Amino acid sequence: MTRTERRDLRNGLLFASPYIIGFLTFTFYPFAASVYYSFCSFNAIDPPVWTGLSNYRQMMSDGYLHTSLYNTFYYTIGSVPIGIALSILLAVFLNQKLRGMAAYRTIFFLPTIVPVVATSVLWLWVFNAESGLLNGVLRQIGVEWLLSQFGYGLPNWLSDENWSMPSLILMSFWGVGGAVVIFLAGLAEVPDSLYEVAEIDGAGPIRKFWNVTLPMITPTILFNLVMGLIGAFQYFTQVYIMTAGTGGPANSTLVYALYLYQKAFMYLNMGYASAMGWMLFAMVLALTVGVMYSSKRWVHYHGE
Amino acid sequence: MGNRNAIKRIVAHLLLAATSVLFIVPFVWMVSTSLKHESRIFPESGKPPEWIPRTDQFDEQGRRLIIYEGKPGVELKDVDDKKVILVDGQELNVWPSDVTPQTRIGFHWQNYPKAFATMNFWVNLRNTLFICVSVVIGTVISCSLVAYSFSRIEWPGRDALFVVVLATMMLPYEVTLVPLFVLYKWLGWTGSFKPLIIPAFFGTPFYIFLLRQFFMGIPRDLSSAARIDGCSELGIFMNVIIPLSKPALATAALFMFLFQWADFLNPLIYLQDDRQYTLAIALQQFQSNHESEWGPLMAMSTVITVPIIVLFFLTQRTFIQGITMTGLKG
Repeated sequence: MTRTERRDLRNGLLFASPYIIGFLTFTFYPFAASVYYSFCSFNAIDPPVWTGLSNYRQMMSDGYLHTSLYNTFYYTIGSVPIGIALSILLAVFLNQKLRGMAAYRTIFFLPTIVPVVATSVLWLWVFNAESGLLNGVLRQIGVEWLLSQFGYGLPNWLSDENWSMPSLILMSFWGVGGAVVIFLAGLAEVPDSLYEVAEIDGAGPIRKFWNVTLPMITPTILFNLVMGLIGAFQYFTQVYIMTAGTGGPANSTLVYALYLYQKAFMYLNMGYASAMGWMLFAMVLALTVGVMYSSKRWVHYHGE
Repeated sequence: MGNRNAIKRIVAHLLLAATSVLFIVPFVWMVSTSLKHESRIFPESGKPPEWIPRTDQFDEQGRRLIIYEGKPGVELKDVDDKKVILVDGQELNVWPSDVTPQTRIGFHWQNYPKAFATMNFWVNLRNTLFICVSVVIGTVISCSLVAYSFSRIEWPGRDALFVVVLATMMLPYEVTLVPLFVLYKWLGWTGSFKPLIIPAFFGTPFYIFLLRQFFMGIPRDLSSAARIDGCSELGIFMNVIIPLSKPALATAALFMFLFQWADFLNPLIYLQDDRQYTLAIALQQFQSNHESEWGPLMAMSTVITVPIIVLFFLTQRTFIQGITMTGLKG
C-alpha cells in the first residue's frame, strides 16, 4: 500500500466513522438482538428466557395476528394500486404546459407535508358520522336521499367495522401528492420526439398515453410501487391516532404494525413482537424481490 | 387545431381545479371548525355544513339573542335562560316550523387559548423545537462527513459499506424497534430526549445517500487543486465541498426538520412525562382525553400545521428539487 492509499484509507474510515459506529450500535446490534429475542420469552424487565420456536408456533394460531395480516393486505391492496393510478393521472394533467400548474402542484403536495397527527385528527372529524364534513356534504348533494330510496343510510365511516378500512384507504388518497411530484419528474424525462413520432402515426391522446407515456414512466412506477408497498406494510400512525391505539371497531383496523406495537408496549411481550418484526421483514423482502423480479417484464429502461 | 387545444386546456383546468378543491377543503374545514363556538360545531340535522363561522348575538344586557328570519317579525330570544318566541312582539308558545336562525359572521377565537391552556403548549413547542434543531444539526454534520467519505475519498471497502447504507434504508423499523427500546432502557435514556436526538449524530442512511449524490457532482479538480495548495482532507471538506453544497444541505436540513416535527412513534415510545411531550404527542393525548372538543382540537391542529405550510411556501423550490433528486436517482 502506498502512502497515499494508506492516507486515503485512514481518512475514509475517519470520515465514515460516525456511520460505522452508528450502524453497529443502532442497526446491526438491534438487528442481531431481535433474532435472539424472537426465540425468547421476554418482558424487557427480567432477562430473556430461551423458548425456541414457541413465538413462531404461537403466531401460527394467533387469531389477532391473522386478522392484522388480513387488514394490512386489505389496506395495501386498496391503497397502493389506486393511489399510483391516481397520481399518474394527476401528473399527466399537471404535465401540460398550462398557466397555474405550479399552484395546482403545490396544492396536491400540501397534505403530504402536514404532520400526520394533525391530518389524522382532522380526518377523524371529517369522517364523524353525525356532524362531519363528509356526511354533511353527502347530505347536501342528495346522496343520503338517494340511498334512503334503497333503504340504506349514509355510512358511519370509522365507527362502522365494514367502512373503517375503506375510510382509511380513502384518506390515504389525500396523500398522493408526493408520488405526483415524482411522476412529474419522470414525465419530464420523456423525450418530446417520441410524441411527435406518435402524432405522425396518427395517435390520439389516449393511444399516446398507453403507448408512449406509460411505458416510458415504468421505472418511476416501479419506484413508487416499491416505496408504496413498504409504506403500506408499516402503516401505523394514522390508525393509532384515529382508533386511540385499539384498531377498532371490532379489530377492523388492527393492522400488523399496530398489533406489533400493542404486543411490545402494552402487553410487554417483547419476544413475540420481535418474531412479528422478523415476519414483517420477510414479507416486505419477499414482496420487494417479487416486484423487482417481475419488473424485468414490464419496466422499460431508457436507452435499451 | 387551435380550437381543439383550447378545449383540451379548459378540460384540464376544470379537472385540476375540481381535484384541487378536494385537496384543499379539509384544511378549510379545519380552520373553519377551529373558529366556531361549540354550539355551532354540531349543526342541526339536515342543515348544510357551515363554512364561514357564525356566531350568536347578544343584547345590551349580555343575554343571548337569536333572531329567526323566515317570517316577518319572528324572533327568538333567550330571556333569563328561557326561550321565548316573539311574533311582532307577542309571545308564542308554538315553534314556527318555517323559520331559520339568523346569525352574524363571527369568529370564536377562544378555542385557541383554550387549547393552549389544556396542553402545556409552550413547553411542548419548546421541546419540539429543541429536538428538531438538535436532530437537524446532528444529521447535517454526521451525514455530510459520511457522504464525503463515500463520494470523494477512494478507499477499499467503501462501496461495500455503501451497499450496507442502501440496504438499511429498506429495513423496516419494526425489526429493530424492540431491541432499540431495550438498549435505550439499559442506557437509562428512556424518558428523556436522548433516544430521539443522539442517534442523529451517527448518520441517517437516507441523508447520507442524498448528500453523496450531490457531492459526486462536484468536479474532482477542485479537490485536487486544494490538495496541491496543501489543504488537508478536513480542509477540503470545510472550505471546498461544504460551501458548494449549501442547496443539498438545506434540503437535508429541511426534510429532517419536517420529519422530526411530525414524528410520532419514537416520541410515543420514549417520552413518558407530559412535560417532555412534543406537539405531536400532546395533540394526540389531547385528542384522546377530549374526544369531542372539536373546536380546540382543530385550533391545535391548525397551530401545528400552519408553520409547516409557511415553511413550505418559503422553501418550495428546495423542496421539490429534493423530492425529485431522491425519487429519480433512487
